[in-house]
Amino acid sequence: MSAPQHAEITDAVLGRNSRDSTRLLQILRQILEAIGHLPKTVLVQIARELKLPYGRVAGVAGFYHFLGLEAHGHYRVLWSDNIIEQMQGSVELCEEMCRRLWIEPGRVSEDGLVSVGYTSCIGMGDQGPALLVNGRTVTAMTRERVATMVDLIRAKAPVASWPREWFAVTDNIRRRGILLDHGLDAGAALKAAMARGPAAMLAEIVAAKLRGRGGAGFSTGQKWQACRDAAGEAHYVVCNADEGEPGTFKDRVLLTGYADLVFEGMSIAGYCVGAARGLLYLRGEYQYLHEHLEATLAARRSAGLLGKNIGGSGFDFDIEIHLGAGAYVCGEESALIESLEGKRGTPRIRPPFPVTHGYLGHPTTVNNVETLACACLIAIRGGAWYAAIGTEKSAGTKLMSISGDCARPGIYEYPFGVTVAQVLADCGASDTQAVQVSGPSGICVAADEFGRRLAFEDLPSAGAFMVFDDGRDMFEVARNFAHFFAEESCGFCTPCRVGTSLVKNLMDKLNARHGSPHDINELFKLQRLMQSAAHCGLGHTACNPVVDTLNKFRPAYERRLHSMEYEPAFDLDYALSQARQMTGRDDAGAHLENAS
Amino acid sequence: MKSKVKIATTSLAGCFGCHMSLLDIDLRLLDLVQLVDFDRSPINDIKRVGACDVGLIEGGVCNAENIEILRDYRKHCKILVAVGACAVNGGLPAQRNHLDLRDILEEVYQTSPGLAPGSAIPNDPELPLPLNKVHPIHEIVRVDYFVPGCPPPADALWKFLTDLIAGRTPVLGHGLLHYD
Amino acid sequence: MSFLLDGEEVPFIPGQTIMEAARAAGKYIPHLCWDHEFAPHGSCKLCTVKVDGRFGAACTVAAHEGMNVDNRSAELDDKRRTLLQMLFVEGNHFCPSCEKSGDCKLQATAYELKMMSPHFDHFFPDRPVDASHPELLLDFNRCILCELCVRASRDTDGKNVFALSGRGIKTHLIVNSPSGRLADTDMAATDRAASVCPVGVILRKRRGFKVAIGNRTYDKAPISEQPQ
Repeated sequence: MSAPQHAEITDAVLGRNSRDSTRLLQILRQILEAIGHLPKTVLVQIARELKLPYGRVAGVAGFYHFLGLEAHGHYRVLWSDNIIEQMQGSVELCEEMCRRLWIEPGRVSEDGLVSVGYTSCIGMGDQGPALLVNGRTVTAMTRERVATMVDLIRAKAPVASWPREWFAVTDNIRRRGILLDHGLDAGAALKAAMARGPAAMLAEIVAAKLRGRGGAGFSTGQKWQACRDAAGEAHYVVCNADEGEPGTFKDRVLLTGYADLVFEGMSIAGYCVGAARGLLYLRGEYQYLHEHLEATLAARRSAGLLGKNIGGSGFDFDIEIHLGAGAYVCGEESALIESLEGKRGTPRIRPPFPVTHGYLGHPTTVNNVETLACACLIAIRGGAWYAAIGTEKSAGTKLMSISGDCARPGIYEYPFGVTVAQVLADCGASDTQAVQVSGPSGICVAADEFGRRLAFEDLPSAGAFMVFDDGRDMFEVARNFAHFFAEESCGFCTPCRVGTSLVKNLMDKLNARHGSPHDINELFKLQRLMQSAAHCGLGHTACNPVVDTLNKFRPAYERRLHSMEYEPAFDLDYALSQARQMTGRDDAGAHLENAS
Repeated sequence: MKSKVKIATTSLAGCFGCHMSLLDIDLRLLDLVQLVDFDRSPINDIKRVGACDVGLIEGGVCNAENIEILRDYRKHCKILVAVGACAVNGGLPAQRNHLDLRDILEEVYQTSPGLAPGSAIPNDPELPLPLNKVHPIHEIVRVDYFVPGCPPPADALWKFLTDLIAGRTPVLGHGLLHYD
Repeated sequence: MSFLLDGEEVPFIPGQTIMEAARAAGKYIPHLCWDHEFAPHGSCKLCTVKVDGRFGAACTVAAHEGMNVDNRSAELDDKRRTLLQMLFVEGNHFCPSCEKSGDCKLQATAYELKMMSPHFDHFFPDRPVDASHPELLLDFNRCILCELCVRASRDTDGKNVFALSGRGIKTHLIVNSPSGRLADTDMAATDRAASVCPVGVILRKRRGFKVAIGNRTYDKAPISEQPQ
């Protein structure tokens, strides 16, 4: 493609986005999709047309994993490197693919045809190993699929012509409760909410004791009330569909089969807080859902459920979808808002909180996909009914995304308060060694704790439930998570930016059998620092999986120790490799023993 | 009379500037030798380090011999001290770390202008091989104390040693602690 | 209105942060990314204090009547030392060859906190030097990502010469030109951004080492005893 063609495409994309600089991320995404990479000339053009400094455009492009300033292959394959998929053989399959294509992971082939690399969990843990090819999700990879895919890439077959069944994503709903069996027609919940009136509807949310399903469990009623009470010329509802916590995929299922319910929840939120606009931030990994979601929105507009004067009540509300571009940190609500404004996804200083100073500085309520869907049930059946389900401090039900060593991975809906043991029995897990509840930033639960309950008062969860049986090495699990956090740290604050890399390096050192007890102490020290000094939740929790497994599975670390005395992190003999190569020496003096 | 403290010193990938700074304590050297005996050190001719109380290490770790000497010192010294910028953070020798060692060797011995015809990368087994990267000493062995500076001032070394010998945790105050 | 900072009463005006009130009272809270001229940023975390038992960055937490703030406790200074060590190992900080030595806030803060060694393994990143500008030199090896230059150029100079790109440990400072060269921006040596760098990234050319050792900013007195 020539430079003039690039310019033409860029101009069209800019036009489609009204040359609105808050849509910078969307513009970059759309151009990437059309051109395959982001040439500097295009960034210059964008900066000029949007009246932004070039550095600002390059800064945003450099932040998101799926963008980036370097050239990607014409086919860009990114394997999901979730630990569950590693257990399903993703690493071997990725290596096999690279071998067949004669390329190194992370490098573009010399002819520019293809690059193969890894990306953080893409939300397909129940049907992995999965990958993204040019942004499209392929599930259930096998050696056969790898072989065929390599042939198709070599033959330069367009991705759109690849076997359709590769792109199939199944819901795997295994257990339904009040939410997954809601039985509501589109519009019913909104109608019920409008019949109650905004204040009364909000009172029902408060009475329902609904808490945020993104993991933190903040009171939804309080959040909506604070947003409603905040002064501002415009209010916003943001649906956080940046489901990035490894092992979580319940929002994927809600957005697939329950999109009406989610959008309706946004409308109810907008009705309660006095917002006329809603924004759904869809993680870039779920791009394949975009078309379906836009179609659902269109249908809702036709049905008079979105737009001006909804139901003749004078309530105006419409919803816009923004796509992410590969950044876990954007699940943090203030980073998500930055991203919605077309900026780098750096969490803001808080306070002020988004409920008073959110999107474009206006009062904004940011809610999880599942939370918003729950609001529909409350609109219909009332707060008291909802509050009676679950436990005292955790009303209602919770969707769990179950993956790993079990017979029936998928989505399970439970009233809050269910024990880990019950869930394990239902999903057909046996000889379970540990469960990682709520993903890497959550809690690692060992077998003697399986009586604990999934509820905010015991084991809070955003919905991930990763099962590891006796055959698994819990050190490897923690090491995978350490790599994940180092990859996903936004880099803003010192403790997280450097700390996540130091933790990753220490875990790799232990894994390479270069470790000593000194290194274990270092891990604890870094955890204490990051927990107290990091800027946001990512840094606060980044060491949780390491410290949890150190406390509960310490022998998995100890059996890797090289000695009780301090040891270097690198292989001493290997450190002479370049000199050996250049001098051709291989005598005794040209080698070093690692053991001192 | 209390037995004297036994000290060994060495310079790895360093310039001996830290040793010069030690000598720079001037007349206090006479006081120092009342308190310490020197084991292996560039200031005497002892070839192998024996059991010592304190080992002072100048210089970073840039080759195989540095590693062996450093480990030997660690094995024989109860207290190991990194003295000077190179030992503490790699210092000047570590400025090559952003370059590939192979490129450096090639340029220095094979491709740079003015080399004698037939110049080659030395491969005599007597020569220690350089490491891919230069490391500060704490990346190789456990280090008990650090005295930064390029070099540390004589007063800092004096303060450090007298504290250590007297059994006080060494503290370098304003003016004595610096990295340049 | 007042609060307690390490047991001493510090007055404040409502709306002030802990850092602003401490500065007004002549109390030192270690910091690198904060400067009273610019909006708080809160990224270096050196100013982490304990407010009624909870950790927070003094430059972003508002002062409240009667709050009890720990500042120079052993626990907090330990954490700060570790943060400094992180900054030292993630970049290339070779003080003996740096023109900013003696006037460098990172170095002076490390002296104040008695940082004797970098402790961690060095990352030894490969970072460029940009000497393209006729009057200014950029040595990215020393960047601590405090974004003071970003803020100064944007908010004071109205130029946006600097920005951050990349993410995580690969986050890095860039300049506002597609070539990546400072000479191709509208940066001037008289810009506020040219003199705001707390470390030795943005330097005036032909000025280095003019002040003799012994007379540099932090030779005279520790950073804690100097006006902030």
